[in-house]
Amino acid sequence: MLFLNDIWLIPLFPAFGAVVMLFFGRRLQKTTIDAVCVGVVVLAFLFACFTVVDYTHFSHGSGRPFEKVLYTWLGSGDGHPNFVKRDGTLASFNADAGFLLDPLSSIWLLFVTGVGLLIHIYSTGYMAHEGGYYRFFGYMNLFMFSMLILILANNYMLLFVGWEGVGLCSYLLIGFYFHRHSASTAANKAFIVNRAGDAGFILGALTLSWYLGSFRFTDINTLARSGHLAIGDPVLTAAALLLFVGACGKSAQLPLHVWLPDAMEGPTPVSALIHAATMVTAGVYMVARSNAVFVLAPTAMKTVAIIGALTAVFAASIGLVQNDIKRVLAYSTISQLGYMFLALGVGAFAASVFHVFTHAFFKALLFLGSGSVIHALSGEQDLRNMGGLHRRLPTTHWTMLVATFAIAGIFPFAGFFSKDEILWQTWASESDAYHILWFVGYGTAMMTAFYMFRLMYLTFYSPARISPEAQRHVHESPKSMTMPLVILAICSIGAGWLSWPHSLGGSAYLVKFLEPTFAREAAVFQEEGKSAQLAAGEKESAHTDKTEYVLMFLSLAAAGVGWGMARRSYMNAGMNDGANAERNYVEPIAAKAPPLYTVLYNKWFVDEAYDYVFTGRQKIRKLRLGALGAGEAASWFDARIIDGAVNNVGWVTRAVATLSKWWDKWIIDGLGVNAPAILARLISYPARLFEWGLVQWYALVMVAGLLGFGVYYVWK
Amino acid sequence: MVPITTFHYLVVAAALFVLGVIGVLTRRNVVIVLMSIELILNAVNLNLVAFSRMWGNLHGQLFAIFVTVDAAAEAAVGLGILIAFFRNKETINVDEIDLLKW
Repeated sequence: MLFLNDIWLIPLFPAFGAVVMLFFGRRLQKTTIDAVCVGVVVLAFLFACFTVVDYTHFSHGSGRPFEKVLYTWLGSGDGHPNFVKRDGTLASFNADAGFLLDPLSSIWLLFVTGVGLLIHIYSTGYMAHEGGYYRFFGYMNLFMFSMLILILANNYMLLFVGWEGVGLCSYLLIGFYFHRHSASTAANKAFIVNRAGDAGFILGALTLSWYLGSFRFTDINTLARSGHLAIGDPVLTAAALLLFVGACGKSAQLPLHVWLPDAMEGPTPVSALIHAATMVTAGVYMVARSNAVFVLAPTAMKTVAIIGALTAVFAASIGLVQNDIKRVLAYSTISQLGYMFLALGVGAFAASVFHVFTHAFFKALLFLGSGSVIHALSGEQDLRNMGGLHRRLPTTHWTMLVATFAIAGIFPFAGFFSKDEILWQTWASESDAYHILWFVGYGTAMMTAFYMFRLMYLTFYSPARISPEAQRHVHESPKSMTMPLVILAICSIGAGWLSWPHSLGGSAYLVKFLEPTFAREAAVFQEEGKSAQLAAGEKESAHTDKTEYVLMFLSLAAAGVGWGMARRSYMNAGMNDGANAERNYVEPIAAKAPPLYTVLYNKWFVDEAYDYVFTGRQKIRKLRLGALGAGEAASWFDARIIDGAVNNVGWVTRAVATLSKWWDKWIIDGLGVNAPAILARLISYPARLFEWGLVQWYALVMVAGLLGFGVYYVWK
Repeated sequence: MVPITTFHYLVVAAALFVLGVIGVLTRRNVVIVLMSIELILNAVNLNLVAFSRMWGNLHGQLFAIFVTVDAAAEAAVGLGILIAFFRNKETINVDEIDLLKW
């Protein structure tokens, strides 16, 4: 209990690092920065490990949540209930600075601090020659702080603090190379698109608290599971959908996915930490955290599942043809997040969390590996200018190969278990309509294997198409970069084993560990006969077991097919001419189906469509919609209506003023003031003639007068 | 020897006064005008002192001292005005100073 009671210290370690860096970092040596910034994350990681160990003793496998409330952060206090719930009772509007640890947050806590630590170490190598080193690590530590607040919060308001904090850090780090216009625009785009989602999130959280009377997860869960609330309750459905809008923004789901590919403008470790492993899974976390509410809103669940499946296949299709190594991975991330939402939507919360867990390792590894490749090629990111690197970058090559196997779902790498669990749960969910979603997920799995092996072949195996200048500097990355790669590779192999499925003779440990967090939902579902989402282990019938084996075999086959197609298409890519590879390189899809290629290469023209509809950078005929259109309309309204009214009032005022001026000038000043003055001047004219200004004349007149008076009095 | 009586003093004072008045009225230089004013004041002083002697009390003499002080102050102010004026007009001739009209 020693560590568990001080759980609030965990976020404070990186917060300390961030404060030191952002206030004093400019003056510090690189070694000091490394020591502080990596040190605080090491401390956070160790503390997190001990805390989770403590927690397992605390809960004894019951999944009982541990809650630690420091103080009431927002609100009116307990004595003065001040908002009226929908049933007319009063409730306090209270948000605590409180921390919650349960199996769900334990898993996030461990992989966020763990993967975060590895990426910090990697960054000390990758960012070594970059300006603003202290700024980078300050933001990274700030990000760790926000992310830990997000996952340890015990209520929606504190979660929102972390939610916005990670959004801010994401913005700052995407725009890290702020002198590059594309980077600052990408940062703005990420921030603005996320605002749309955040609006949904805050509305959803407020709706929930208004309806159920608390921000706390434990209170809301207890109420939602009490059985007093009807399934399909419209307010809960609305709240769940609004929360999902927030999740769509943060986790880059359709239609708010547009910011994530552009976010690759940030440094590669940032892409790995924030835009692949941790922050983008916050949406999944939040929906999983709200599972009790979602389960009561089947419409919302269906929406989540459909959006997730659509996003998965949509992003994967774009990933098939992108040429920027990081963009391929970005679309892959969106696609994998789609899988996670698909799992959430069919009620397989544990499977979704499991996939988040494995994905964190192999996707972080893929990004760090791509960063290593980019580092080796002096900044080259275009797959068309790579090739033949597997001997030059041995460690990078084999670790990335492991990650590719993992994401493609090849046994026994991590992705196989989690992805299979999701597909199996989708298939096994009660509604047969979900079989369509299974097919979508299955197709996505094939595409995933294809684009990942395409990336591998173009980078490592195909003939080298590297520019001569880059060719000279190719080198394997330093230890600080390869060491995290190796550790992540080990995790990418082993992470899946934590939940080895029952059907293959395992114990599904991770899913069991998570079960208490989600278990009651399964019960609710069963009672209502709505669904039969149970953990895989509880499926008993031999028939389903057989189906599971078939599905497993099918997904392995899909991975194999994707691999084979990629090998055939790209093994000999750009053979003809090494020097002008970029010009001579022809994408096989482009050769076979040019229109399809154009659509995929341009990302289904979503950005362009948004330019027409939402931003208004493009006009439809003469009509401009969206933000700029609204701006133009507002400008027109302002210029014509508001200013017109102002001008008319002004004209009237001027007319009145002119009249008033005339009256003042000729009547008041003229007749009243100037006319008497002129009269006085005319009358005084003769008197003035006496005064001609010479003092001595005046004196003479005086003396003459005196003499005159004297003579008069003497001779009278 | 004819004893010097009040009458003699009055004659001298009257002569001084007339000289002062003529100076004030005829001279163009303001400095001379000021000096002539001093003559007038001193003529008055002489009268005061003479009558003081005649009546045998000190009131007249006391008054003469006041007049002397007043004359000094007046001379100071007058010369100050004169300098200020000279700075503006570069002249101290009274007949060229004819602003005091209308």
